[in-house]
Amino acid sequence: MNNLDILISIFSDALSINPSEVSESLSYGDTSWDSVAHMVIIAALETAFDIMIDTEDVIDMSSVAKAKSIVEKYGVDLGA
Amino acid sequence: MESILGLEGRVCFVTGSTRGIGWATARELARQGATVILNSRCNPELLAQRRDELREEFATEVGSCLGDVGDSEAMKDCYASIFKNYRRLDILVNNAGILDDRILGMISSQHIEQVFRVNVQGIIVNMQYAARLMARNNTGSIVNISSIIGRFGNAGQVVYGGSKAAVIGMTLSAAKELAVSNIRVNAIAPGFIDTDMIKALPPGKHRERLQSIKMGRIGTPEDVACGVLFFCSDLSAYVTGQVLGVDGGMLI
Repeated sequence: MNNLDILISIFSDALSINPSEVSESLSYGDTSWDSVAHMVIIAALETAFDIMIDTEDVIDMSSVAKAKSIVEKYGVDLGA
Repeated sequence: MESILGLEGRVCFVTGSTRGIGWATARELARQGATVILNSRCNPELLAQRRDELREEFATEVGSCLGDVGDSEAMKDCYASIFKNYRRLDILVNNAGILDDRILGMISSQHIEQVFRVNVQGIIVNMQYAARLMARNNTGSIVNISSIIGRFGNAGQVVYGGSKAAVIGMTLSAAKELAVSNIRVNAIAPGFIDTDMIKALPPGKHRERLQSIKMGRIGTPEDVACGVLFFCSDLSAYVTGQVLGVDGGMLI
């Protein structure tokens, strides 16, 4: 599983949705992406990629597209 | 034989831990074989000295982190360093605090901001970072140091009392929010404790306070550390959202 697949599976698991529904435009507030799910996603991303995300980035992570750019900022290669 | 406290190997961060209650707490945690990360606002020499003392006395892993809890950027660096070095955090003791008594009419905005920045904002920032590290392992204990003044108030301590009452409110709310991640949040409300904080009290005030303590003696930092140890340990595994008075029956 590459890093992009891992990121998608994290969103899919945390939001209890099918991986195919994890699109770039999926945003905070959509489906079951509430504040609790948000922190689950953050914890899972940090654990999976062994990074520590700044609070500002946690707050700023408002969509899957944003999540991708943020984890890349921490040196995670998503193969883009 | 394994201790019933279950603290051996746990990674603990104690803010304001070079003196008083923080230092006594750090020592008790180290005595139990925990990995302890010490913190000082601005005294690197004392921090290094304390680190060496703990390492020598208890032969346990001891780290240190210099930074003001009221400085969010400094705390961010502390948690980045904890993450880098230990990859986990099991226990946070929010001990750092400041005391500056003033009666109504003598309180400046700067004074309010300074006390609340350390005593309130500092705890929020620390709980926020700590909870994220703890949630990864679905376990953790946060102990916030409030005060008897935060529970019952005292003349001349509107700002300090307000900040310490806020600690209780934050503790109760965080306990509810973090229970789902198996992170417990409790508070200790010390009474009249023999620390540097009370050294500035005039003798008359000191006597008056002592007379209000049913057990007839001033508390020690170790008395408070024992309460903290309870909340840190497995003995309180099913306890969250509680405020424990460690005050010898003090009436205020």
